Amino acid sequence: MSAPAMGTRKTAHTDSSNKKKKGPGTLAIAYLVIYNVVMTAGWLVIAVGLVRAYLARGSYHGLYYSIEKPLKFFQTGALLEILHCAVGIVPSSVVLTGFQVMSRVFLTWAVTHSVREVQSEDSVLLFVVAWTVTEIIRYSFYTFSLLNHLPYLIKWARYTFFVVLYPMGVAGELLTIYAALPYVQKTGLYSITLPNNYNFSFDYHTFLILVMISYIPLFPQLYFHMIRQRKKVLGHVEEYSKVE
Amino acid sequence: MTRLRLQIRKTPAPGPPTPAKRKPAKKTKKAVVFFEVEILDAKTKDKLCFLDKVGKILPSFSLHWYPARQSIRLDPKGKSLKDEDVLQHLPVGTTATFYFRDLGAQISWVTVFLTEYAGPLLIYLMFYFRVPFIYAPKYDFTTSKHWVVHLACMCHSFHYVKRLLETLFVHRFSHGTMPLRNIFKNCTYYWGFAAWMAYYINHPLYTPPTYGEQQIRLALTVFLFCQIGNFSIHIALRNLRPPGSKTRKIPYPTKNPFTWIFLLVSCPNYTYELGSWLGFTLMTQCLPVAFFTLVGFIQMTVWAKGKHRSYLKEFRDYPTLRSPILPFIL
Repeated sequence: MSAPAMGTRKTAHTDSSNKKKKGPGTLAIAYLVIYNVVMTAGWLVIAVGLVRAYLARGSYHGLYYSIEKPLKFFQTGALLEILHCAVGIVPSSVVLTGFQVMSRVFLTWAVTHSVREVQSEDSVLLFVVAWTVTEIIRYSFYTFSLLNHLPYLIKWARYTFFVVLYPMGVAGELLTIYAALPYVQKTGLYSITLPNNYNFSFDYHTFLILVMISYIPLFPQLYFHMIRQRKKVLGHVEEYSKVE
Repeated sequence: MTRLRLQIRKTPAPGPPTPAKRKPAKKTKKAVVFFEVEILDAKTKDKLCFLDKVGKILPSFSLHWYPARQSIRLDPKGKSLKDEDVLQHLPVGTTATFYFRDLGAQISWVTVFLTEYAGPLLIYLMFYFRVPFIYAPKYDFTTSKHWVVHLACMCHSFHYVKRLLETLFVHRFSHGTMPLRNIFKNCTYYWGFAAWMAYYINHPLYTPPTYGEQQIRLALTVFLFCQIGNFSIHIALRNLRPPGSKTRKIPYPTKNPFTWIFLLVSCPNYTYELGSWLGFTLMTQCLPVAFFTLVGFIQMTVWAKGKHRSYLKEFRDYPTLRSPILPFIL
């Protein structure tokens, strides 16, 4: 889904500064700064690639191909974030982060990469743009936070852009999965049928439908969690400016 | 000194808490120490109830919560006091402050166990008899041509009948109840996995084990051995505890050879349970059964480690050779 760990990391950061626990050491912070800078740069590359390809072609169609490789590289690289939580240098839940990163990786590899026919769909552009803008803001937010110099603009952007980007990304993802369905059914992609020696079967087509259905309970929960985080993080500043 | 108990009993009158009914103190020849007791809400620290002159009297006051969902503790974040705890023997002065926490709707362990075990028994049989709407219509009410499928049905059914009977006649539960939401969680797990396994084993396109009769015979031996073992452990654990009591003792090997595993393992009931399901996996050569075994093993390991830790904490002389669930390994 398009806005992984947006609210949760922020509260986790505040939590870790309130608890008496030792935070990550200097080496870990240095590494994390480098990681977040590299990721920001990577998604900027993707953003620039999209703009250049659009200007060169003059249409939105088929822009996926122009950024396919950096998209795969940097989105897959986000798997490291699960490791960061597991090792403890980032105070987020391994399960939550894992779930969010895996859903992105699933869409990148198991849907878009695997079903060639959907790569030229406009829905792919929809979620790629949503992801790109989200990730540039998110990774620069972390970079600045780690260096203790967070410009209010970045904080505001992180807690405001999602209002549009999150539904946009979800729409793109769902439409892409939906577009992939007929091809998966026709070719029996990633499916196992009976009979076989291990008495097991798996229908990828049905699985994709179940994934789409799972968005129904999950998306509202994550979205409204972010809305609540926004009120908490940005709310008091607005009140302060009203007083003045 | 006479023993007195603080009991919170629900009275028929609904509505806000009423003050304690105070009976006049009975005249005694010995001097009796009276306690004052206040009960605060563990979260808000509101005073829920104040009882003075708690002596030989059993106070009662009405709460919205029946006893099973009341948690009374000395510290807001501490462990609950037990029903058998006696006011005089608690580390309190003559003014005792207790904290109350509502545990939420409760359901009895027996009810949960019976429901979660009856499901798999019946569900598996539905797949075995191939009731309509599961497989293609031409297979309705047919039987599998593989004898291992009949054997598997007998083993699976035996396992759950055994569990139901043990719930009714063998187990002695420490806690009467658990949170109500557990029944939904547990039934989803047991019933879901039972349906998933049964679907494949009883499928018209089921493939019997690769090594045929040899494999099935070995699997059945392992399964039966572990069923007897598991039952032996349940009996041994039951005998540690006199009827109606909640005492806790270290389990030791008995004359029954199946209990000698207590020398190496704290929770051999889980060890045998794992063995049974490994046997069943080998017997059916079915991947969903392997998944079920794996998930069950992970959960039982978590429980075994917890139990092992609480044994070590409670008993100074706990045998050091024992591992939680797998001898020397885990």
